[in-house]
Amino acid sequence: MTPTQRVFSIVVATLFFLFVLWAIRRRTVEIQYAFLWLTVAAGIALLAFFDDLLQAVTLFIGAKVPTTTLFLFGILVLVLINVQFSMRISHLHGRLRSLAQEHALLSEELERERTARAPAADQAK
Amino acid sequence: MAETLVVIPACNEEQRVGAVIASLRAQVPDVDVFVVDDGSGDGTAAAASAVGARVARHPFNLGYGAALQTAYKYALRHGYRFCLQMDADGQHQPSEARKLLELVWRGECDVAIGSRFLEGGGGYPVPFLRRAGIQLFSVLAQWLARERLTDVTSGFIACNRRVIRLFASDLFPADFPDADVRLMLQKAGLRVRETPVVMTAGPPNKSMHGGIMTAWYVVKMLLSMMVVWSTRYPRPPEEDRP
Repeated sequence: MTPTQRVFSIVVATLFFLFVLWAIRRRTVEIQYAFLWLTVAAGIALLAFFDDLLQAVTLFIGAKVPTTTLFLFGILVLVLINVQFSMRISHLHGRLRSLAQEHALLSEELERERTARAPAADQAK
Repeated sequence: MAETLVVIPACNEEQRVGAVIASLRAQVPDVDVFVVDDGSGDGTAAAASAVGARVARHPFNLGYGAALQTAYKYALRHGYRFCLQMDADGQHQPSEARKLLELVWRGECDVAIGSRFLEGGGGYPVPFLRRAGIQLFSVLAQWLARERLTDVTSGFIACNRRVIRLFASDLFPADFPDADVRLMLQKAGLRVRETPVVMTAGPPNKSMHGGIMTAWYVVKMLLSMMVVWSTRYPRPPEEDRP
């Protein structure tokens, strides 16, 4: 890895890290997600500092150049995160549905009770 | 309170829902009517209450399946023994309602489903593509359920409390209940009976399986059937009384 590459990677990782910290402070992202992205930033920094690690992994999986390793694992991580998000969204969607159904049923009950309690007032209107 | 609840999911049916309910009451007077207004932007809820139906309103649109499930949850909580589910757009004839209900009232089956494709049923020409889709799922559902099913997309259904309990549970595929529900009924060990009914064509462009959505629908339904097929369902109680 050339010194320029190393500096560039470290700068990118640091900026990303700071961006996520800023997002936590502004409360625009929950801690659990922030942790995930902080880990990603740390991963980039780790590879920039210890490029022997990348070489070793490249050798281990049988890739010809380190870029392959980077892209392969980069894409893999993103795909996994996305699948995880789909699951989370589906789960939330199910909860939202139950909640909206419950809201509809309770409103109906409330409405009925109100009209039952005050039929005279209703007629007076 | 009646023992039977007619459930009608409705979205933007201000023009039709009133007539459907009035006509239904004339045909089957001894039932309660419950309309689930699925986030309509028009006066659907008011039109339904004006003819004496109870109305629950979803705070936003949740889809046909979720609206049905809301109604079944209501039926379960309020101790109804039977349900009839029909559409608000006038596609299902109130004159056929009694025929379906009597099958479950007499205990001949747990679910009675109106079929357009049985001898004596029908009513309107189904467009080729849609007919092909319905055929595909009928064949598939029949093969998986090992049971004769002709109209797996029919939403004109009468059922008893065993089925109400199942539909109100989390096991109900509320995303898009259709052929997958038929498979679920069979897997849950419920007795299904199809009976011929006449339906009229729904208003144009309101069908849920028209146009480019057909392919997406087919894919979704295939996946949903796979999920249902690989799920274990608890046996409903023999006698389910409120």
